[in-house]
This record gives sequence, C-alpha cells and structure tokens, in this order.
Amino acid sequence: MTTMITTQHRLTLVALAALILTSLTLLSVPAHAIGLDYESRSISHAIRQEPPDLNTTTSTDTTSSMVLDHVMEGLLAYDRDNNLIGGVAERWELRDDGATFWIRKGAKWSDGSQITAHDFVFAWRKVLEPANASEYAFILFPILNAQAINEGKMPSHQLGVRAVDDYTLEVTLFQPCPYFLGLTAFSVLFPVKESFYQSRGERFAADAEDMLYSGPYIITEWVHGASIKMEKNPHYWRKDEIWLERIDIPYITEDANARMNLYRDNNIALADELVAESLQGALQERMQIKTFLDGAVFFIEFNFRDQHVTRNHNLRKAIQSVFNTDDLVYKVLGNPGSYPAYSLYPRWIKGVNDLYKREYPPIKPQLNAERGRQYLEAARKELGVDRIPPLTLLADDSPNGQKTAEYLQTLLKQNLDLDIRVDVQIFKQRLAKMTAGQFDMVVSGWGPDYDDLLTYGDLFLSHNLNNRGRYKSDEYDRWVGVAQSSLDTRERMDAFNELQKIMFRDVVIVPLYERGKIFVQHPRLKGVVRRAVGGDPNFNFATIEPPAGTAR
Amino acid sequence: MNNPVTFSSTDFEPLQRGDQADVLVRPSLSYWQDAWRRLKRNRRAICSLYLIVGLLVFSFVLPLVADFDPVSQDLTQISQGPSLGRKSLVVNTTPWQGIYADHAAHTGPLSPVTGLQLYGEAHTESVRLAWQPVPGAVGYRVFRHLLRPSGPTDLGLPLGETEQLNQVFFEDRLKLEPSKYYYSVQAYSAGGDVSDYATLRVTPRHAIGVGSAVQRGLISSQNPETFVGEEVELKRHLLGTDYLGRDMLARLIYGGQTSLYIGIVAPLLFVIIGVIYGGLAGYLGGRVDEVMMRFADFVIALPFLLFMILFRVAMGIGPGESGITPMLIALVVLSWPATARLVRGQVLQLREQPFVEAAQLMGGSSHYLIWRHMLPNVMGVVLVSLTFSIPTAIFTEAFLSFIGMGVAPPTPSWGANCNEGVKSFLSHPHELLFPALLISITVLAFNLLGDGLRDALDAKMKG
Amino acid sequence: MIEFILKRLLSGVITIWFIATATFVGMHMVPGDPLANAKAMKPEIRRNIEARYGLDKPVWHQYGIFMGNMLKGDFGISFTQKNRHVNDIIREHFPVSALLGVMALVIATAGGIVWGALTAVYRDRWPDGVIMFLVVIAVSVPSFVFAMLGQLGILAFNDLVGASLLPVAGWGTFSHMLVPALVLGLGTMAYLTRLMRSSMLEVTSADYIRTARAKGVSPLRIFFKHQLRNAILPVITVLGPSIAAITTGGFVVELVFAIPGLGRYFVQAVQQLDYTVIMGTTVFYGAFLVVMVLVVDILYGFIDPRIRVAKSAA
Repeated sequence: MTTMITTQHRLTLVALAALILTSLTLLSVPAHAIGLDYESRSISHAIRQEPPDLNTTTSTDTTSSMVLDHVMEGLLAYDRDNNLIGGVAERWELRDDGATFWIRKGAKWSDGSQITAHDFVFAWRKVLEPANASEYAFILFPILNAQAINEGKMPSHQLGVRAVDDYTLEVTLFQPCPYFLGLTAFSVLFPVKESFYQSRGERFAADAEDMLYSGPYIITEWVHGASIKMEKNPHYWRKDEIWLERIDIPYITEDANARMNLYRDNNIALADELVAESLQGALQERMQIKTFLDGAVFFIEFNFRDQHVTRNHNLRKAIQSVFNTDDLVYKVLGNPGSYPAYSLYPRWIKGVNDLYKREYPPIKPQLNAERGRQYLEAARKELGVDRIPPLTLLADDSPNGQKTAEYLQTLLKQNLDLDIRVDVQIFKQRLAKMTAGQFDMVVSGWGPDYDDLLTYGDLFLSHNLNNRGRYKSDEYDRWVGVAQSSLDTRERMDAFNELQKIMFRDVVIVPLYERGKIFVQHPRLKGVVRRAVGGDPNFNFATIEPPAGTAR
Repeated sequence: MNNPVTFSSTDFEPLQRGDQADVLVRPSLSYWQDAWRRLKRNRRAICSLYLIVGLLVFSFVLPLVADFDPVSQDLTQISQGPSLGRKSLVVNTTPWQGIYADHAAHTGPLSPVTGLQLYGEAHTESVRLAWQPVPGAVGYRVFRHLLRPSGPTDLGLPLGETEQLNQVFFEDRLKLEPSKYYYSVQAYSAGGDVSDYATLRVTPRHAIGVGSAVQRGLISSQNPETFVGEEVELKRHLLGTDYLGRDMLARLIYGGQTSLYIGIVAPLLFVIIGVIYGGLAGYLGGRVDEVMMRFADFVIALPFLLFMILFRVAMGIGPGESGITPMLIALVVLSWPATARLVRGQVLQLREQPFVEAAQLMGGSSHYLIWRHMLPNVMGVVLVSLTFSIPTAIFTEAFLSFIGMGVAPPTPSWGANCNEGVKSFLSHPHELLFPALLISITVLAFNLLGDGLRDALDAKMKG
Repeated sequence: MIEFILKRLLSGVITIWFIATATFVGMHMVPGDPLANAKAMKPEIRRNIEARYGLDKPVWHQYGIFMGNMLKGDFGISFTQKNRHVNDIIREHFPVSALLGVMALVIATAGGIVWGALTAVYRDRWPDGVIMFLVVIAVSVPSFVFAMLGQLGILAFNDLVGASLLPVAGWGTFSHMLVPALVLGLGTMAYLTRLMRSSMLEVTSADYIRTARAKGVSPLRIFFKHQLRNAILPVITVLGPSIAAITTGGFVVELVFAIPGLGRYFVQAVQQLDYTVIMGTTVFYGAFLVVMVLVVDILYGFIDPRIRVAKSAA
C-alpha cells in the first residue's frame, strides 16, 4: 500500500514538473507586436482580410485599396483634410475636352527611376485591355475610345491618352467630366512601369518583391493571410513630410472581438470596425472610442418588375408609413456612429455653400400606422386581391442585414398584417438574386465610387445596372441628365434635390441608416485620416505623441 | 469407477408433442428485457434518459401546453437578463422640438461649455439635454460614458454632433438602459479647436412609449394619454430576452425543436439507410459487397465539414425556408456509410456463427434468417451507434449554425442562438450561456445514455 | 505486401477522383454568381472576366479542363485574390493548419495518456472523479465556447501577470499556438483520456501484472514497464483517424484566433463563392485524408502482421 502511494506521489510530481516546465517555456517567449512605439516611429494595425489584389489595374476592394493608398501615388492625391493636392503631377489643367498633367521631376519609383508619363499611358491601356479583365475599367470610360477598347473593338494604343514627353501627359476626354481630377487619385489610374510589369508577367503584384512602389511606403514583407510590413519609401519625393517610419499589419482577422482583444492587449494602435456589443468593455477600460461615417447608405429597395406586387405605389406607401427608422437604428442595431437615414444622400455631402442636408433637407416620413393601413387597403383593391400575397424580403447574412430583416418581418406583420418571407443569403447570392429580380424587397446598401453626389444620384437611372429593382421613371432620368451635364453647381444641386424628392414620392427606396464605423484609437496616435472614398484608414499623415514625461 | 449407463429403446423415442422438454425455474428474459434490466441498474444512464425525456418535453410538449411566442419583439426590453418582471413608466414619445440659441461669432479660444442640464425626465426612451451656447462654436459633440470622464480623450461613446448652427440641445435614444450615465458636451469651432467639456450624471428610468404600451395591451387604447406617468408591469421574460427583445425561453424552446429534430431524425435516417445498405452488402457478399463497400468508402473519404458547408450552399435555401431539410439531407448523405460498415461487419461475423449455420442447415429461409437472427443481433450495436450519432449531429448543426452556414434565420436553433449570443457575450452573457448550456446538457445526456446502453447491450463497437 | 500497397494506392487514386467530381458537381449546383460584386458590371467587362476563368465554356468542357489541370497538379487562380494561384494558397496556409493540428495532437496525446493513467491509478477516488468530470465537460461543450473562453482566458492571464505574455490572436511564434492548440486538442484529449483509462484498467487486472507483482517487481517498474506500455497501444491505434479530425476541424479555432490556416480560408472562400479555392481546398483535403489513411494502413501492415494477412485476404 505504501509503495502504491509513492507511485501516486511520483506521478503527481511528474505532472507538476510538466506544468512548471510548460509555464517556463511560456515565460521565455519574447514579446510580440506592440501597438505603437514613439522611438522607432512605428505602429501596428489589424485588417479584416488578406488584400485580395494589389495589382492596381484590376483591384476593386477596400482592403487592397487601404494598402495601395500607402504604397502608391497617382497623378493627384488627397491631403489630411481630404482635399485634392498634387501627387506625381505637380501641375494640371482640366478642360471640357481633356486634361494635361505635368509630372514632377523627382517623383521616383522605389527602384530610384523617374516616374514618367509613359507609365500612366501603359497602366491605363492595361486597365482597358479586355484580356486584363478589369472590373473598374468603366471608371476610365470618360476618356476617348476607352469603352471601345474595353469591348475589344479597338486596339489599346488608340486610347485618348498620350505622353507628349516624359513629363507631360495629355488626356482627351470623350465628354466633359467635372470629377476627372478626383479619379486620378483612385488606384485604377495609378501608374505602372512597363519594363517592370513585363519582367514579372503573371506574378505582377503577387508578392512584395513583385511590386514597384510610387507612394510614401514600400511593402517589405507580405506573408499571405498573416501579415504585411510597410516601411518608408526612401525614394518618395515627399518623404520628409512623412513622419511614421513603419506600419506593421501583423494581424488579419474578420473577427471584431479579436481585434478588440488585440487592442486591449496593446498589440495594435487602432481597432477598426468594432461591434456595438464590445463597447461596454471599452468604456469600462476608458478607451478612446471614435466613429466615422464610411459613406455607405442602407435602404430597402423594391422590385418594380412585372408580376411583383411591390410595383403598386400604395403598397410601398403603406410600408413607408409604418417604418420606424429611429427604432431600427437606436434600439435594434444600436451602433453608435450610425444615423437614421431619410435620404439616399449621406449627411456629410457638401451642397453649394454648406452641407447638402442643410440646404436641401430631406422629407421625413410621418409615422402613422392608421394611414399605412389605408394605403394597404387601397393597394389591395387596386391589385384585386383579398390579401396581399407573402412578400419576399432579401437580405445578406451580415449581422445588420439579418437584424434588419428580422425586425422588418415582425414590424410589417404587427402593423399591416403583411406576411414576409425572409430570405437571408451570403453576399454574392444576395447580389445574384437581386440581379435576377428574385425578391420583392431587399435590404441593400450603396457606397460611393468617386467624390461626387452623382455616385449616389444616378443609382436609379433606368439603365443603371446597379438599379436592380428596375425602377423606371422618365422624370428621374431627365434630372440625372441635368446633374450629369450641367457645369453649374446650383443647377446640379437643384437637380439632385428633385431626385431626392422623387425617391421619396415614388417610394423607390425606404432609407434605413447611414453606416458609421466604430473604432478605438490609441490616445497618442494622431493624424489618422478616415475616408469614405478610397483607402481607409490612412496613416500617411499620422504621428505619435511622445509618452507622457518625455521631452519633445 | 465404471458405471455403465444402460439405454433402453424407449430412450430413443421422440417426446410427445406438448411435453415440457425443459422447465425454467426463473421467468424467461428476452435479450432486450435483460438489457433493460441492466440499464436500469446504471443510475447515470437512467438519469440521462430522464434528462432526454425532459428536453423533449421542454421543446415539443411545452409549447403545446402554454403559449410561447418566439417571434414577437419587445423593443423596450432588448437584451434583458433573466428577471421575474419589471416595472416601467409610461411616457410620451412625441418628438422634441429642441432648444435653439442665437449663434454668436467669436474668434479666439472657445470658452468651456456651461449650463448642461437635463430637459424633462430622463428615461430609457430618451434623454434630453440642453446647454448654454458657446460663442464661436459651430457645433457641439455629445458623449456618453459609464464612468466619470477622466480627460478629453476619455469622454466615452460619441453619440453625435449637433446638426444646426444654433442648436444647443441633444436627444439621446441610443440603447438606453436604466443605469448611471455621464453625458459630456464639447464645443468645436470652424478651425477645429475644441472647448473644455461639461459633464452631467444622469440615471434614466425604465420607460415604455404610449404607443408600444397600447400595442402590447399594457394600457387600454381608450384615452391612452391619461396613462402617461403611470407605472405598468411589463411582460415577464423568465430567461431574459435577445437582441430583438424576443423571449429567450421561447427562442430556446423553438430552437430546441430544430436542434433536437435534426439531431435525432438525421441519425435515425442515416442509421436506417446504413442498416439496409450494410446488411444487404454483408448478406449478399462477394462482388456486390465489394462494389457496395467501395462506394461507401468513397463517401467516407469526403471531408465531412467541408462538404456539409458545400452542400448547404449548393442546396440554396429559398425565401421563408428554414434550411432544416437541406441540413438533414446533407447529414444523411454524408453519414450513412459509417453505420453501413458497422452493420456489414456484424453481418459478416454473424454469418459464420454456429447458430446461423445451424438455422441454415435446418432449412431456414433467408427471410427467417434476416428477421430472426441477423436483425436482432445487429440491433444492439446499431442502437448504441445511433445514440452516439445524436450528439455528433447536434454538434454539427450547432457548429454550422454558429458559423452562419446552418439553418436560415430567423429560424431559431441552439446553434443559431449561440451565434447571435456570441456577439454580445461580454455585455449580455445569458444570450450565449443558455443555448450553449442546453447543447451541452443534451450532448452529455446522449453520451451517458450511449455509455449505459453499450454496457447493457454488451455491444462491441468494432466495425 | 506489394500487392496490398498497390491495391490501396489504386483505390486511393479512384477515391480522389470521386472527391474531385463530387466537389465539381456540388460547386456547380451552387446558386449565385462568383463574379458578383457590389457594383454591377457592364456585360462587356463581365465577358472579359468570364473568359479569364473559362466560365464561358460549357460545363462538361469546364470539367475536362478542371480534371486536366488537376492531373497536372494545378488548381487554377483564385477568383477573389486575383493574382494568387490556389496552389500557392494551399502551400502557404496548409502548413499552418497542419502545424496547429500536430500541436493539438501532441497536447491531446500527452494529456490523454497522463490524465488517463492518473485516473486509473486513483481509480474511484477524488482525482479520478474530478478528471472524469472534466472529460465529460470537454466532450459536451461546443468547441466555439471553448475557443471564446480560451481567448478570454488569455486576456485574464495577461492581466494577472501584468504583461501580455500570451498573444490574443495571430500567428507566428510558439506562444501564438499554445492556447489555440489546446482548445483544438481538448475534445481528442478527453476521448483519449477515456480510452487510456479503460485500457489501463484492463491491463491492471491482466495476469502478467499479477505475476510481476507476485515476483516482487517494484510498483514503479510495473507501472511504467508493464501497465503504461501495454495500455498505450490501443491509444496509438486511434491516432490516425484523430489526425484527420483535428486537421480539418480547426475552422472555429482558426476563425476565433485569427490564424491564417486553410480552414479559415475555406470558410471565407465559400462566403465569397471563390470557385477555384473551394474546389482546390476540398480536393486537397480529401486527397490528404486519403493519403493519411493509406499511410496509416500500410504502417499498421508493417507493425501488425495480422492486419496484413486479413487485408490481403479480403
């Protein structure tokens, strides 16, 4: 018996020793990423996904765009207040029929060679070549012959872009394009050096060494799916104005809670796109919480195709009169930084002199369940049915999409006794179903492509492919025409207001909310720029304050 | 030593029909009776059995007896913890016109915000704040904190900014809870300068709007305005509510219907298919057996979770559909070969057994052989494997629903409940805790019952 | 033996073909549009992209191309990561999953043997009770709950020691792997503990143990030399299937701990309908499992002559 106990004791000792050993190994492990460091001028950041495509001629997504905006620069660029300033171009001139850009002598690629006008000509032709299959090729369509080249009807050298010499780029426009300068700051129009592109072939931009950089930073290490390291570009023409030496992205995670935990543990300097549920903890730990509107506006879109009861105006009116945006935003979604929307136009859009919403306030629908039921009664009579058939409500499987759909289902049942069949799909299936018209209502959203109200206003143009509900109104089309062609700001803004009114009157959409991103940021990290158009967030102008007690 | 036995010719005559060949002293127990008796002695297994019955009653009988509503949303009680009832103040929810003051131009540093005060009573429908205008300010930012702010970078949640130049008020409606808040207001100038902030401590009361109160039948619809200022008893949510104010208990009950249905029916189906397939293969033997089992091997080789996800997406869940059937089909299609293999192995073994050979020699038909000898002898093993398949199926459903590849919302299931709950785990742990607990209890019960059954049936689980 | 191996190899190849075909069929049943993007595409641009991925050809033609490329070991280019080959994706992310899996398996095996042996030694006393209770919990609680708790545990641990010793998420060093591997291996560890326990108890009552004891061999020697050694054997035989379960079961852990493994990639690919990545990953995993089973089978054939005889007879 005594011997048995010894065995037990020894075993226990062995187990204990194992435990201690493991803990010791643990303690000897070196520290990992640090949120920010004043001495080495470096910060760490976490992004949501691996950048899918850093090839500027084909890239379309926001994550790639965030990285590209640090390592690339186009003819023009944005400053810290999101105003356009000179980038690779030092001077420019925009005319009705074209534009000229004078390239800065001394603007260099990361291999030390001069960036020339030819690099732009090559890049833009590449974007339009059918074999390159660029989704954003249409952005270049204001340029002469661009569309024909993209459709394969013309060789790419006939594009209306010409390098007069190494330092002068001449663009011929096919129609006036008041927002063309803004486009040149967009990644699709960034330069590509031909010799480098040819030397990399298929692998162009597939890895850090397969890229040539024109921007403030270069990628020094890219471990796919895991991390990206960026360091200041020694050849960047404006490198003295860039304070931050290193931007590390040691974490790639979709999980907002994981990002929050990383921030909590001081592994990253900014935790982006957090969920409201995690904020209570953030408040308890006195983190600096910030929000910003990312430009996306969400709304319910109706199907106007034949055979869909949502064609009926009174039915849509009925839904509009019972829908409570405030309840959805403040009680159901509860995301600070998101605002109830009453129009397709975001609240930060500029009008003639002031904010657009102050100059042209949107109409707020009057909540009235009684009126709603009257509209519904009228709809029932017009449609000649005893009961409105069940309506299909399409949404994607994002938390907000799902919550909105579930909220609406019960709301419409309780107030109008409408039966709603919720159809939750993954994002791409939602889009496919929208395109195919397999819905009555859809929870949808829209974000800006470029910095002009037109990117919102032309959405329900009858031949716009993004108008997936096939709303068609000559009146609407006419006002879009005014907004597109007019060069008078007041006239354009008036036209946009007419569009806003039509959308309300015809109930083309029921606006839901303007999405705000919630993030926490290290109190000593300053100068981070958030943008609704282009790569976001941007650290090009970021600085770190010295820790308390350090002399500057 | 030698006691020679002597036989007479009568000894070799057949017995008379009806004679008792042998008499059993104790009552005869069939295999199943014996197994049951052994199972009953296993206290853990019996407890599990009661637990399973309890869970089935919870999910399938309870909603028949009492009215549980998993759908209706109570926006005044979102994400509430378990409680025995809550009182609430009836309030008017008419929009607030707000407070405006003349905008005064001023250059130079902004003076601090002063006169921050509450307008009317603070309650969970809205908290109304107003303050004195700051000369030179073009707008004000409003923050809300759970703790007293310690400095300008620690003001809490940014609630928003004032919209008009002359606006000196703010109405907060964002997920208000009846707890202590610190509101701070900060002015900013056109140049981007910010002023010192002012802070106000507010504790809102729980409140419900007149309209919602009428809709919920808490007050009469005749002159509802007269009830403003009175307290009413809100609907009780024993286990709290979820993110849409739906009753957690009801969600769990109906979620259980989905989870238990998939968890029990899918294994039942694939075990039946497996028994038929495996039994046939084993019984027929030879070339047929080889081909059949090769096919089963193919299906087993498919990576399970990957194909579950693939099938889920491929089958496409249409509008208003729950997604239960696609998941059932996918589970059955991918899971039957395990049982088939097991049964085939058993049948192959049984075929060699003396009693089967004896029955065959005595001219038993194959029908007889299958029903009398094969099936009953295979049943034990099958039953045990069925019991062990149920936890796996429940886990699979939970896992898939958890990553959003399971049943389609708004269909409740325990896995889907977990998926919803995990997002708010830190602030409202009950939304994850309860469904996770139910999954765990169910899995535990079936595992323990399986253990008990295996011991009782003495089934060797070796395919 | 050679014949046995050849036979198994052939059936392995056919199995992989079956998996590939099943994946292809499944993939093409998926509703939705892999090229869909938030912004609608002009038809001419769409045509360009379809041509790039061969989507403009009839399905049987696509199947032919897919099979042909697969024979060459080429899974094509990702739909969402436009300049990355699926092969690169697998090459870069599978080792992560595999490493995590191996770590988990090591933890699970070591833990399973130690705890199992402990329960047997302390049979029916409180350590046995506590460990078996924990085992029951470990098999009954869904993995995502453990993953969540694991992450919270790390935070609590870091708070406790006052420094961030354990990373909350991410990948790279040994400390990154520890908690995820533990969470991943928990289920298997519980299973192995049970197995080890029953196996130990069986061995304890074996004749040779009694004989050894009667001969006066020291209890420690009996424990290590006879009991543990013999009890471990059945545990080792189930390791093969466990490898498969663990390497493909890492989705949740990879998602929660932001580990760039292939499992997380697969879930993302499904959500984005990345055809080529889905097909490549599925076929690769299927083939991997087939090969693992094959290797384990052949190894067993070498180790245990009875299996070899039985298999070649069948």
